[in-house]
Amino acid sequence: MALTVLSGFRPLVMVSTGCVILWLLVAAFPFLWTLWGSFKVQADFFSKADWTNALFGVNTLRETGGSFTGEGYSGAWVDEGFWKAAINTMIVVFFTTIISLTFGTLGGYALARSGFRYAFWILMAALVFRAMPHITLVSGYLLPFFEWNIWGILPTTIIVLVAINQPFTLWMLHSFFLNIPKDIDESAMVDGCTRFQAFRYVIIPVMWPGVITTGLFSFLLAYNDFAVTAMLLSSENQTMIPAIRSFLGTTQQEGNVMFAVAAVVSATVPLFLLVLFFQRQIVSGLTAGAVKG
Amino acid sequence: MTHRSFFWFVFPTLSAMMLFIALPIVSVLIQSLHVEHEQVLVVVESCGPFGCTQTMDIDHEATQALRDEQPLGRFNGLNTYINRSHLAFADISEAWQTKATLTEFVQSIMNLPFYRALAFTLTYTFGVTPFVLVFGLAIAVGVNNLPKLFKGPTIFCSLLPMMVTPLVGALTLFWMVDGDGVIGATLQYLFDDPALSLKASASLTWIMLIVYGIWSSIPFSFIVFYAGLQTVPKDILEAAMIDGATKWQRMWHVVVPHLMPLLIFITLIQLMDNFRVLEPIIGFSAQAHATSLSFIIFNDLNESGYPLFASAAATSILTILGVAVLLTPVLIRTWRDFHRKSH
Repeated sequence: MALTVLSGFRPLVMVSTGCVILWLLVAAFPFLWTLWGSFKVQADFFSKADWTNALFGVNTLRETGGSFTGEGYSGAWVDEGFWKAAINTMIVVFFTTIISLTFGTLGGYALARSGFRYAFWILMAALVFRAMPHITLVSGYLLPFFEWNIWGILPTTIIVLVAINQPFTLWMLHSFFLNIPKDIDESAMVDGCTRFQAFRYVIIPVMWPGVITTGLFSFLLAYNDFAVTAMLLSSENQTMIPAIRSFLGTTQQEGNVMFAVAAVVSATVPLFLLVLFFQRQIVSGLTAGAVKG
Repeated sequence: MTHRSFFWFVFPTLSAMMLFIALPIVSVLIQSLHVEHEQVLVVVESCGPFGCTQTMDIDHEATQALRDEQPLGRFNGLNTYINRSHLAFADISEAWQTKATLTEFVQSIMNLPFYRALAFTLTYTFGVTPFVLVFGLAIAVGVNNLPKLFKGPTIFCSLLPMMVTPLVGALTLFWMVDGDGVIGATLQYLFDDPALSLKASASLTWIMLIVYGIWSSIPFSFIVFYAGLQTVPKDILEAAMIDGATKWQRMWHVVVPHLMPLLIFITLIQLMDNFRVLEPIIGFSAQAHATSLSFIIFNDLNESGYPLFASAAATSILTILGVAVLLTPVLIRTWRDFHRKSH
């Protein structure tokens, strides 16, 4: 049932609907524009003379013989080796999500089931850690990592991202496990299971909805990270987001901005699909902490 | 749960957080008290046909050896904190004594890198948050009144600005507002000023970044408010209606108070997240007019050749202190919640 705060009062409904339509335009138009423009040449996408050039691709037609061109994409993916960055991103994101969830599930479960005072202090510490700007942590890593010679490789970045992910994962899974009744694992323990067996055979089968929601956010954090991946990966191990940033420097001078535009669109597509398929989980995850707390 | 099994369950997550969040903070603290070695200088005598001259030269080998031996640098105490790139006490007191008017004094402080970054960071943090709250609520109410059919697609589009990578979102907008982009060119046409560029003036740059911040944060507050609207008790609304409250009165006296806890939650999350603003500045290439605390740390670490660890570490510690100030209300609130639940 929709809440009827404003219904029945025509002008107000019109104003509020107008607001929503305006917002939708503001929210979605930049992406549509960039997606469309990524198939044009630079003279069209950045057309000072006539903005309709970007829509119809006048210069694209003249330069390439067609209204659409995949030059930006082939330039970015093949010439500039963006495919390598994409593979690195896949590796980093996959392992970060899996390890974060493993650590987070164990910890979140224990925190939800323990009534001890220190459980609360761990959660508080996690909250403080969650607020640390990532770049301040990175400035703490760099020197030791250089010294130990583990700078620039993917495993280091993965474990750092896992750690940065933990506070959020812990809080989310903690509140999720609080909603699973205590009785089911306690009755398993009465039947003779150890704590770990109860977790393994009783909790794991019922925890997937919460784990999937949390996993989405771990994925997003690892995928969207810039501060850690830009500073901790050497140029041959770069993931997509720092790779886009280094494009900016090199392509601007050579007049290949369209490579960067194509790369940006390529990096947006997986997120687009993610929101499309997991909208419900994302919304429930975003609101879980807020509405209950 | 026994202490023993609790320990084994939290061991992986706790050790990850200790090693990669708590220890780095200690490491930053230690680094901030040290400073890079000075270059080792040697006197070189170069003799030419007109006699010999003595010049000072850098002994690269010795410098490198010293750096390898003590990578942390030499102990410097709190000197990094008070030098010109950070708190700059000396410069401030000098400006206080020499500048005639308050405006000049403020101007000279705004030329100091740390205070410039702090000013932008705070303006951004406290400029974005109120707009995000107001627009988020307005859109949530609007979407709530839409027919059910449109709600799904509307929420999908609304989530996009928040879900995309900040750097990618910033670039997407930047290419549109840039001088040659569609919005930038339109603005130039409207104001009849072909040289108009949002990057050219400091105030326009700040506004552009804040608009980006609002754009990318509205979805979060919208979603939270939207979820909150579903839980407004209907009987209270009906009672208010029977008592003759108008739409606005119901909105203001029933719905908004009901959403108050959510409003506080969004504010706190927004303050924490906006305080670390970094990617928009890089995406918009706005560093000429706007730098943030995170950005100057990033810049120090990216210093070509030899990263300025000490300088970055000192700024990091000052940033962490800033976060601590912002975080205090959250901690107090959580502490109270916990006590309320346990008693």
